[in-house]
Amino acid sequence: MLEIKDLTVEVEGKEIIRDLNLSIEEGEVHVLFGPNGCGKTTLIMTLLGFPSYKVTRGFITFKGVDITNLPTNERVKLGMGMSFQHPPEIRGVKLGDMVNIAQGRKEDEIDEDVIALAKRLNISVDFLNRDVNLGFSGGEVKRSEILQLLAQAPDFILFDEPDSGVDVENIELIGRIMSELLDRNKMPSKREKSGLIITHSGSIMRHIKADRAHVMLGGRIACSGMPDEVTRNVMETGFERCVELCVRSNEVGAE
Amino acid sequence: MTDKETIVRAERAKTKKAALGEDIAIEDYITGNEHPSLNSLDEFPAEYQQDLLDAGIEPTEKDRSGSFLQRDCSVVFSTVKYPGLELMSTTEALKKHEWLKEYLWKAVPVDQDKYTAEVELGQTQGYFIRSEAGKKVTMPVQSCLFISSDKIGQKVHNIIIAEENSELHIITGCSVSHAVNSALHLGVSEFYVKKGAKITFTMIHNWSRGMEVRPRSAVVIEDDGAFISNYILMTPVKSLQMYPTAYCVGKNARATFQTVIYAQGDTKIDSGSRAVLRGEGSRSEIISRVIATDNAEVIARGDVIGEGANAKGHIECRGLMLSDTAEIDSIPELKAARKDLDLSHEAAIGKVAEEEIQYLMARGLSEEEATSVIIRGFLNVDITGLPDALARETKKMFDMSLEKVM
Repeated sequence: MLEIKDLTVEVEGKEIIRDLNLSIEEGEVHVLFGPNGCGKTTLIMTLLGFPSYKVTRGFITFKGVDITNLPTNERVKLGMGMSFQHPPEIRGVKLGDMVNIAQGRKEDEIDEDVIALAKRLNISVDFLNRDVNLGFSGGEVKRSEILQLLAQAPDFILFDEPDSGVDVENIELIGRIMSELLDRNKMPSKREKSGLIITHSGSIMRHIKADRAHVMLGGRIACSGMPDEVTRNVMETGFERCVELCVRSNEVGAE
Repeated sequence: MTDKETIVRAERAKTKKAALGEDIAIEDYITGNEHPSLNSLDEFPAEYQQDLLDAGIEPTEKDRSGSFLQRDCSVVFSTVKYPGLELMSTTEALKKHEWLKEYLWKAVPVDQDKYTAEVELGQTQGYFIRSEAGKKVTMPVQSCLFISSDKIGQKVHNIIIAEENSELHIITGCSVSHAVNSALHLGVSEFYVKKGAKITFTMIHNWSRGMEVRPRSAVVIEDDGAFISNYILMTPVKSLQMYPTAYCVGKNARATFQTVIYAQGDTKIDSGSRAVLRGEGSRSEIISRVIATDNAEVIARGDVIGEGANAKGHIECRGLMLSDTAEIDSIPELKAARKDLDLSHEAAIGKVAEEEIQYLMARGLSEEEATSVIIRGFLNVDITGLPDALARETKKMFDMSLEKVM
């Protein structure tokens, strides 16, 4: 599904990601841990093709297409989607409008389908009529993002910190819908959707099963492993110690 | 004030420059030829039909309680379909109602400036709209002031009265033929909202590059009365200056002004709304959205003067800049004359933010589509207080105006 090869990315002339390699197969969900400033967000912004993230080396292929230089909306047409951590407020553009846009419809009206979709995330009609992200609480932002993704139904989804600022009650709901969006409830052989989840705290991992976990440090993937193990190591010992443990176990494995 | 006194005051103000806006040489404009009356709006020359549509006028008169059309300086059509509604030219109305002269120049001073003086001394028609006491005319009245000839100076005096506990909804369009290079529109509008009455006034200005426009409007609102103005200008204009004022004189009188301006080309606009809150518990809300592109210059003003007990007023001015050679000046003003008031304002001028475009692109829109959604959203003011059908209609007119510029 997604193949990242020797990727180097600059933001405002500063190298943030260096020679990064990552491959996510169809039906797989990967989780990416890392401290603030390690380049996690840069990676997904680059995957989505935002203009201030300049690829200076390497390439990205998606569904076999080299997308390294494609504009964002072309990548979206190919089947990429993203849940933003800090989406911008857009005055006069309602959440309902965003759902219509995500669904690729030209309608102005918020119809029954949209309302039914919203209901699943405990989103009311009144809320659909609010300007998107304007005065939304942390949890509301996440649910609004997930709702737009439900409408968009992408094949590959990037989640940027879907668990930050969300209360316990909502995190379970979000985890459940994410699992659905990513075909987690299906038999492994029937899974077609893929995803990459970025998390700082890892708390979402209690509510969604991933196939593989990575720790990012200093603009590279420093270690990779089974999600449970990596999550536990990160939670218990911190990122750097986790990487050390990881490297050591690799060495042991190699002997 | 006798007729004679009015004329004397107007004569004295003949050379009095307006406080705001560029000075216009009124004498350069003419009255032009008389135009014949029409039996229906679709008799209006085909070449102008689109201009009518662009100003929100429904030529079939469907869902309208009455229609009024003035071409240059002649009233060519006026009809009423609704009991309890009166609609005719001001000239005719003054002949019909002896009492009407008491309403002339009561809200707008005749000697405010040379333009008001000119309307008194050289008036060329205008409309009179009145809803009788207790009558709720829920279907809108449409009126259009149209300029079809070059060098015309249209000088109208409009009087709008909603008698006690009545309701009046007006859609008015000012439009100009694409063939006109230069013309002048002076429009005095005096609104009287009696006790418990309500007027909504939705105005579309569909001008062109050579138009000079100086409306002079004021509203007097009595106890529990409400006035809602929606103003839309999407087309270029040479110069426009106006500062409509609502006098909330009655207890709980309410005034709302919503203004949407898309200024392009070399357009020069100085537009504001003012509310004078005299009545106890009176309230006002002034909202404006201004987009400036090309070399347009816009001054967006708002002014609330609090004089009555527990009065409450808010101003919200937002500007969006689409060009480095355009200019927006946002000037909200508040004046408090006692302690139990609640007056506030917020003003902001911004750009189309890159991250907003990216966000929309991440949902599948192209850069161009994303920009258009943001601009449309920016201008999207929720029009409150209109009946459903009229709100839909207004939205349609707004979308139509927007599509023309986008």
